[in-house]
Amino acid sequence: MALDQSFVGRSYPPTDPYEVGREKIREFAAAVGDTNPVYSDPEAAKSYGYPDVIAPPTFVFAITFKAAGQVVEDPQLGLDYSRVVHGDQKFAYSRPVRAGDRLSVVSTIESVKSLAGNDVIDIRGEVHDETGEHVVTAWTKLVSRAPEEA
Amino acid sequence: MAAQIQYAEVEVGTELPAASFPVTRATLVQYAGASGDFNPIHWNEKFAKEVGLPDVIAHGMFTMAEAIRVVTDWVGDPGAVVEYGVRFTRPVVVPNDDQGGLIEVTAKVAAKLDDNRVRVDLTAMSAGQKVLGMSRAVVELA
Repeated sequence: MALDQSFVGRSYPPTDPYEVGREKIREFAAAVGDTNPVYSDPEAAKSYGYPDVIAPPTFVFAITFKAAGQVVEDPQLGLDYSRVVHGDQKFAYSRPVRAGDRLSVVSTIESVKSLAGNDVIDIRGEVHDETGEHVVTAWTKLVSRAPEEA
Repeated sequence: MAAQIQYAEVEVGTELPAASFPVTRATLVQYAGASGDFNPIHWNEKFAKEVGLPDVIAHGMFTMAEAIRVVTDWVGDPGAVVEYGVRFTRPVVVPNDDQGGLIEVTAKVAAKLDDNRVRVDLTAMSAGQKVLGMSRAVVELA
C-alpha cells in the first residue's frame, strides 16, 4: 500500500539529548579497527585543535537512526519495518562530533515515493548541540520492499 | 583543522592509498555492540537465510565506516571530512570461517572545489562486486 504523501515535510519533536562519551567513541573506533589517536587520546585531539576526542564520521548514525525511529514507528505512517532496507546514507558536517556533546535530533520526512511497489522514504536528521550549534545533517533513505506476490 | 595533505599538491585523478578491511563474524558482533544495531541479519545465519540472504551480511554502516578510512587515513584529520554519502548497492557477505569477508576500497580525487576542498570518489568492492555506489566524500585540505 502506497504511503500517504501528506507526510512529506512533516517534522518530529527534537529528541532528548544524547551525551557523547569518550569511551563510546573509543569503542566505536575499535569496532571499525581505526587506530587514529584523535578518536582515543584527548591530547592528540587537542593537537588537531579539538577540545576533546572526536568521533569517526559515521558514528552519529546511531543517534540519527534512533531518532528516525519516530518516523519509522509512526503508526499513522504505517511503514512495514520488517521489510525495510537501508538504501542511501549521507552526512554533511559543520564540525565533527566530539566527547561531551549533548546532541539533539530533529527528523523531517523529505520525500515519500512508491517505486515498483516499494515504499521509499527519505528522512533528514538535523543534529544540534546543547548550545544550538549545528553539528551535522544526516540523510537516510529507507526502502520498504514490496511483499512477494501470493 | 589539521589536514596533512596540501590542496595545491593534489590534482584531479590523484589516487589515495588503497586499503582492504577484513570482516569476520566477530567483527560484526563487536560492531553491533558499538553501534547499537542488533539486526539478526548481521549475526544469525539461520535468520539471514530465512529472509532470503545468502548468508550473514555486514552492516551497511560498517562498510561505510571502513570505506571513509581511506580518506581519513590520507588526510590525517577525520574532522576534515565535510560531506560523505553512499548508496548501499550489494551486501558484504560474511561466511562463518577463519577469513570472513574482505572490503577493498580505492579512491581518487574527482574534482577540486573552492575553499581548499576536493571531492573524492570511493569504490568499495567485496568478492569481486561493487558494494557501495555513488560513494563520495568532500574533504577540506590544508
